[in-house]
Amino acid sequence: MNAQPEHTAIVAARDDGIAPGELLMDVRNVSLRFGGVKAITDISFNVRKGEIRAIIGPNGAGKTSMLNVINGFYTPQEGTITFRGVERRAMKPHHAVRQGIARTFQNVALFKGMSTLDNIMTGRSVKMNRGLGWQMLWHGPALREEIEHREKVEEIIDFLEIQHIRRTPVGKLPYGLQKRVELGRALAMEPSLLLLDEPMAGMNLEEKEDMSRFILDVNRQRGTTICLIEHDMGVVMDLSDRVVVLDYGKKIADGVPDEVKSNQQVIDAYLGVAH
Amino acid sequence: MLYRTASQFKTSYHADHALFPVRQDAWLLGIILIFAYAIIPMTASEFTFNALLIPVLIYALAALGLNILTGYAGQLSLGTGAFMGVGAYACFKIITAFPDLNIVVAIALSGFFSAAVGVAFGLPSLRIKGFYLAITTLAAQFFLVWLFEKWGWLYNYSSSGAIQVPNIEMFGIIVAGPNASSVTQYYFVLAVVTAVTWLAINITRGRIGRIWKSVRDMDIAAELVGINLMKAKLSAFAISSYIVGVAGALFVFLWRGAAEPNLFDIPLSFRVLFIAIIGGLGSILGNYLGAILIVALPVVLGTLPGMLGIPIQSATVEHLNVMIVGATIILFLIVEPHGLARFWQIIREKLIMWPFPH
Repeated sequence: MNAQPEHTAIVAARDDGIAPGELLMDVRNVSLRFGGVKAITDISFNVRKGEIRAIIGPNGAGKTSMLNVINGFYTPQEGTITFRGVERRAMKPHHAVRQGIARTFQNVALFKGMSTLDNIMTGRSVKMNRGLGWQMLWHGPALREEIEHREKVEEIIDFLEIQHIRRTPVGKLPYGLQKRVELGRALAMEPSLLLLDEPMAGMNLEEKEDMSRFILDVNRQRGTTICLIEHDMGVVMDLSDRVVVLDYGKKIADGVPDEVKSNQQVIDAYLGVAH
Repeated sequence: MLYRTASQFKTSYHADHALFPVRQDAWLLGIILIFAYAIIPMTASEFTFNALLIPVLIYALAALGLNILTGYAGQLSLGTGAFMGVGAYACFKIITAFPDLNIVVAIALSGFFSAAVGVAFGLPSLRIKGFYLAITTLAAQFFLVWLFEKWGWLYNYSSSGAIQVPNIEMFGIIVAGPNASSVTQYYFVLAVVTAVTWLAINITRGRIGRIWKSVRDMDIAAELVGINLMKAKLSAFAISSYIVGVAGALFVFLWRGAAEPNLFDIPLSFRVLFIAIIGGLGSILGNYLGAILIVALPVVLGTLPGMLGIPIQSATVEHLNVMIVGATIILFLIVEPHGLARFWQIIREKLIMWPFPH
């Protein structure tokens, strides 16, 4: 686990024609209500290409709702989201995927009856397009496509060091490995923006270190922009380039980790002080 | 020992994607196919064909269709019998409207009708799941059987209300109808079932199969990896109903020879569902194992006392039969709730490991 192998051939993040450091996604004045409950109120923030952006805040602050808005699961009542220069409003999650947004879940959402390999291969479904006719025959174009994507998936499996569980049904895997497979499935989509919802929840220290390493590698080697939610402040402050803090659905701070850490409002609402 | 996989290395993904990565599996299938195509037809009697072999194949095909919907795509259906009926009636109408049409073409076309009906009754699956969906497919079951009874056009207004299979020739040989020989019918059914099974295996192990399984395992996550749930569910309904429809056409044209509407009633749906469940949901092999248990075992048990010369009344044999088959089903489900296919899988894994326990 400690020796990092060299990753020479890793699937590249998709080329979206945006230079590193420029705006990838811009969230403007987004509000989301469920009946009378205001989950998110007038939030604006942006994500730059190539950065690791963290969203933090106490439970119920609207972090996961924010991710759900970004990947099209919820449609906000007000506000706009501009992704890769295109403003969008109502959309379905599978459209968001086609635009290049992938995500993992707070509680692992894998396909339990399928093997690790199949789970990650499913992440590439959108990129495969041989129709039913070829699929029925198997040999020929369908098999070629299958092998072509298998190679990409094997690169991800190597990268995440999960070769030994390739054929294991994911339902039988320990929690830490399941989280890793889920990351693999998201990577298989070759996203320009990767949303990670508490990637380290419920992990022990060693697993957290591994996962942090993978997140950094994904960000640096593949150039994937990452937006993550996490409660482990040590991890958040070390990994992220910029942090946005939510409380009761409102944005209370936004900036580099050191700024956020010393912000009195953030300390009161979330971080607290050592006693 | 027989299942040793040592020295069988895969050096390319092409080899790894073979249907049988383990050589012994391919041999086993080869032996079964030789039996099915050569040895059994030479030795079987008329009774064996009509009471055992042909029905087992047809029921297995129907269960395969249902398994694609329920076992792979996770959508429970109780309308299989009615969808078989759609295939049978469609085939009847096609054959009577175009008597010169090749029967293979007629059966292949009739599947499209059941596929269309299946998709129509699958529309509720976009909003509801599980048992609630099962109830809506039950509505299909009642509605369609009622339609078979009341819509005279379907059975060409015959006075009996039943459909009769005429003698149908293909390349000069009578394959269906009262004058067809059992061996011909057996070969016909076997060929269709082999072909459809092969195609179904290919679909289920590729992209479409993975999409179905992901919808079954967690539909929200499936949506978030970019799968269009509507397309995935409706394609499962279409392909499943197509196979079920073909099985229904074979059921009447190559086996029963005639059919009344109530043949396609709920008991048939349940029978096919039992075969799929006991055989193993989400498996292709399971449908055959399940069909052997549910369709063939009672017939074999029924003939045993006569063959062994045990003097028991036939009514008693019937009772014993029901008891034994029922007990066997319960026993198998207790031993392996995931079905006979899983049972075989476990045996196979143990054989590969043998003589080591782990």
